[in-house]
Amino acid sequence: MSLFSIFDISGSALKAQSVRMTTTASNMSNADVVSSSANTTYRPRYPVFQSIQQQANAAMELEGNAGAQVSAINESTKTPIKRYEPDNPQADSNGYIYAPNINVVEEMTNMISASRSYQMNVEIMNTSKQLMQKTLQLGQ
Amino acid sequence: MSLDIDGYLGIHAKALAVRDKRSAVIANNIANVDTPNFKAQDIDFKQVLKQFDNKLPMLETSHSQHMKPQDNLLMAMKFRVPQQGSLDGNTVNKDVETTEFARNAMQYQASLNFLNSKIKTVMTALRGE
Repeated sequence: MSLFSIFDISGSALKAQSVRMTTTASNMSNADVVSSSANTTYRPRYPVFQSIQQQANAAMELEGNAGAQVSAINESTKTPIKRYEPDNPQADSNGYIYAPNINVVEEMTNMISASRSYQMNVEIMNTSKQLMQKTLQLGQ
Repeated sequence: MSLDIDGYLGIHAKALAVRDKRSAVIANNIANVDTPNFKAQDIDFKQVLKQFDNKLPMLETSHSQHMKPQDNLLMAMKFRVPQQGSLDGNTVNKDVETTEFARNAMQYQASLNFLNSKIKTVMTALRGE
């Protein structure tokens, strides 16, 4: 019965979206962490999604993909922001500090998008649950 | 008169199975709303039901390698025509998918109700109260 496989499908999407939320949280919390060299500065991370093919296909008796997963978490290649702050204890010998190149607006929109997608998948699971319950009560 | 349950329940039992599959396909579209290059799919419900309807002419096969008009849903699986392209190649439209899922859920419940009343009718006849 495919309604059961919806829990796998939507569940995998929930997992993927929460990874996205976690990376956003990680990026936001590290936005103000400065360091004394460009190499050691935090680089924002972004997950890449991929659709998955698994046993759910057999359950659906269909060819195609079922669910979503995070295939990789990419580190941003943007160069860290160099700032002249000689008074900062973290500053290098020339008086520069390096801050991560994080756009807070970008992160916020990412977070809202992730939370909306999460909500949508929860709604799908709820509806399928109701349908399943009604089906189980058939003929009673 | 013999009791032909399959014939008695009619198209609704089969429709329920197709609705069930379709809900999984749409749930998969929604799960992949942020997956790059994912193409949304859907089941052509009418086409699947036509396969169940014996009155309509079926696809003729004259060669063993021809596609067989079985009741599998593969032939009815189609890609959705995107309304608006996106940069990452994803063709899932959140609004379309959620609407279709809700519609499918309602139609599933309608089929369930029909089945339920048919079962109740048989039960009444069997009890003979």
